[in-house]
Amino acid sequence: MLQAFNALIKRDLLLAFRHRGELANPLLFFFMIVTLFPLGVSPEVTLLRKIAPGVIWIAALLAALFSLENLFRSDFEDGALEQMLLSPQPLSLLVLAKVLAHWLVSGLPMLLLAPLLGLLLAMPEPAIAALELTLAIGTPLLSLIGAIGVALTVGLRRGGVLLTLLIMPLYIPVLIFATNAVTAAAAGMPIAGQIYFLASLLVLALTLAPLAIAAALRISVS
Amino acid sequence: MWQFLHKLASPRYFYDISGKWIPWLSGLTVITLLVGLYYGLVKAPPDYQQGESYRIMFIHVPAAWMSMFIYMLMALWSGINLIWNIKLADVMTVSSATLGASFTFLALMTGSLWGKPMWGAWWVWDARLTSELILLFLYLGYIALVAAIEDRRTAARAGGVLILVGVVNIPIIHYSVEWWNTLHQGPTVTKLDKPSIHLSMLIPLLIMAVSFKLYYLTVVLMRARAEVLDRERRSAWVRELFGANPR
Repeated sequence: MLQAFNALIKRDLLLAFRHRGELANPLLFFFMIVTLFPLGVSPEVTLLRKIAPGVIWIAALLAALFSLENLFRSDFEDGALEQMLLSPQPLSLLVLAKVLAHWLVSGLPMLLLAPLLGLLLAMPEPAIAALELTLAIGTPLLSLIGAIGVALTVGLRRGGVLLTLLIMPLYIPVLIFATNAVTAAAAGMPIAGQIYFLASLLVLALTLAPLAIAAALRISVS
Repeated sequence: MWQFLHKLASPRYFYDISGKWIPWLSGLTVITLLVGLYYGLVKAPPDYQQGESYRIMFIHVPAAWMSMFIYMLMALWSGINLIWNIKLADVMTVSSATLGASFTFLALMTGSLWGKPMWGAWWVWDARLTSELILLFLYLGYIALVAAIEDRRTAARAGGVLILVGVVNIPIIHYSVEWWNTLHQGPTVTKLDKPSIHLSMLIPLLIMAVSFKLYYLTVVLMRARAEVLDRERRSAWVRELFGANPR
């Protein structure tokens, strides 16, 4: 079982690195959205500092959604997904491997880019640290929840906008707790409560989301 | 009891018996609606603080209750459909979605009409308003998903998964939004033994709630009958029912 898990992660990582160009796209997207805010709102430092947590997190949310869109697409088109459904390995474990591999190539780079964006928006240092922590817990959460929507829309031709409609409401708690933690950290307040809440959401998603993803895949592929 | 439920799950029996129920249900809906509106709008005394404008509550509160009640029902039916594979359960889920979305919209709209004189704004980013708005998004997402998938069975099953995921998330969304911001007045009816609302207002409110439930039942049965007919249009009993013109 663990072998299949590892093999799938290796395969997905290899596939991702063979298409290196595509890896950069969500990151570029993440960067560009954040850049638009000073241009559209105001370059004033005090204002930017105030809206920075929300801006960066909303950009991360959108970038995660757009990068997720293709999570099962190529496997669905070349039939590998059906082989996964037919294999004797538990499907929920296999999809967990796929989500994990996807997070490694899309979520993790966002984590590395975020401090830079924080500096661009004049965030104080403790807030950047909190931003990193919330992104570290939050982006896997976004991948897990989003994958449910991707699995439901995988057979559809224009699933992109629909995916956003399905998943956006489910992202709201993550957004609330993460931005609140960053804002609190900027004000010098303790953030343990918000972090614990995010972590418990992650544990809940880790246990339940793979089951939902597997069920959704079985429905939309059959 | 089980035997009756099994029989009810067959589309043909459901079609027959719901046809008999609908006239009664719609009659009761009209009666309770008229009585509830009369007592609510004419008989109940004006509020000492809010004057006459509190009366919108007799529409607003039952609509808000229905918006959550229907989502829970849809989750229940989706569960039944996914576990026991009962076709009628997914017919009921699909038929309920638009009604649920309409009640949610009604609750939001009446709330906003009430908010203008009371809070001085059409919309405030209060916790309960926001979670009701998110509930509307969840309904619309479900409707969009079901509409996007061509095969009806697949659409209903996929929608079922989405509804169940939503039901796990609703309390999380609700409490996170509550924690985020709160302005809406606290619940006044939930403690039935000692509600902080006067009886002369509570009774019309409850009558209106019953009336809304009956309305929902009537309309959902009508929609479900249409859906059953559409799905079974090739089966023998439907053809027989409509004079069997073979196509």
